[in-house]
Amino acid sequence: MDIPFLRDILGQLLVGLPLTLNLAVLSLLGGGGLALILNLLRLSRVGSVFASAYVFVFRGTPLLIQIFMIYYGLASFGFVRQSVLWPFLREPYWCGLLALVLNDAAYTSEILRGGLRAVPKGAVEAGRVSGMTRATVLRRVILPIAARQALPAYGNEVISMLKATALVSTITLMEVTGIARAEVSSTYRAVEIFLCAAAIYLALSLVITRAIGWLERWLSPYNFGKTQ
Amino acid sequence: MQADLTLLGFGPEGWGHVLLRAGLMTLAVSVCAFALGLVLGTLVAWARIAGGRMTRALAEGYTVVLRGVPDLLVIYLFYFGGRQVVTTIGTALGFEGPFDISGFVAGMLAIGLISGASQSEVLRGAYQAIPRGTIEAGRVVGMTRWTLFRRVIAPQAMTTAIPGMGNQWQSVIKESALVSVTGLVETMRQVSVAAGSTQEHFLFYAAGAGIYLAITTLSDILFRIAEKRSLRGHVQGGV
Repeated sequence: MDIPFLRDILGQLLVGLPLTLNLAVLSLLGGGGLALILNLLRLSRVGSVFASAYVFVFRGTPLLIQIFMIYYGLASFGFVRQSVLWPFLREPYWCGLLALVLNDAAYTSEILRGGLRAVPKGAVEAGRVSGMTRATVLRRVILPIAARQALPAYGNEVISMLKATALVSTITLMEVTGIARAEVSSTYRAVEIFLCAAAIYLALSLVITRAIGWLERWLSPYNFGKTQ
Repeated sequence: MQADLTLLGFGPEGWGHVLLRAGLMTLAVSVCAFALGLVLGTLVAWARIAGGRMTRALAEGYTVVLRGVPDLLVIYLFYFGGRQVVTTIGTALGFEGPFDISGFVAGMLAIGLISGASQSEVLRGAYQAIPRGTIEAGRVVGMTRWTLFRRVIAPQAMTTAIPGMGNQWQSVIKESALVSVTGLVETMRQVSVAAGSTQEHFLFYAAGAGIYLAITTLSDILFRIAEKRSLRGHVQGGV
């Protein structure tokens, strides 16, 4: 065991942690917003076809190919290179983030759809009868029930997005995995370095699991044998 | 557009044959990894259901670790780490280098290990969904533990596990794209190479996405048929 080396490596890997967290948080926020829009689209027939096709394509293909398609693929179109978006689509950061957002939206929209389907019709009718507007029913009745229902599945999605951020290292982004890869090619000590990186991700995902479990307990104490 | 189709076709200019072979390689890696995952998953589920305190803690530790670490990192660890270990052992035994391990083996082991963790959860859930009474009835009529497993537990658990196993198979296919980082020529790697050499990046990545979509869609259909068949004789609409 080479403790000073491990400490040194851990220090260097932690430099990539802000980027990893940045990508994970922003892709979850963007993906969540997009997922809500996709579910609203399902209200109309055309929108529903579009949403289904979107989910089918993004859930049926590997994230890696989506990242490469956006980073390398879009650049092969002349009109993309001339567009106002080019300064963004040229940067690996924005391409990686875009791919993560689009991918997360597909999975989250399905989780949200499951949650929305679990909302009892009676609760919505009761809200309407007591004079709530549609927006109020959505805000005070539908979303709170759906969110509670979807929380456990969403917790898994949060963790898988955290793990998915490792893939952007393939388009030269220096987050935790990217740094680990670079360190391995300069020191050739693959086992120690990759285990260090794995420990960082593991610690993060344990924290997330705890936090989601706590949130679940706090939102629905009646499921855990506690009464107020 | 005409040129695009020739590039993807099976003619002398086309990459069709190569892509087909790469698609088969994706399938081969996925099948091996899934099978390994099934064996590991069964053992882990067994350990978690019937193990003593130590085996249970070990099995739980395995699932927690493998579900908390990025797949890419596990593949890197097996490929580059495996090479490091093999080199150390080989040098110690007095062999001449350089040493290497195959991307196929490293990828299969890594994905199998990851998939085993998730499959164990599915199998454990399926076991817990078996009505207790049927197991007790089997014991009462004097079945041995093996007969009980073969005639009562496995058939019932398999029925409930099919949809979950279908999802696991889909994620194995998608994870197999990550094995491309080891240089193994499966679909992802092959479309990257083709995209680089023809400079038709979007076309080839789209073709790659099409191959994955075809595989995932086809397997979805097969799993649905299997699910339907496994429910024969059950009360319709009851499940």
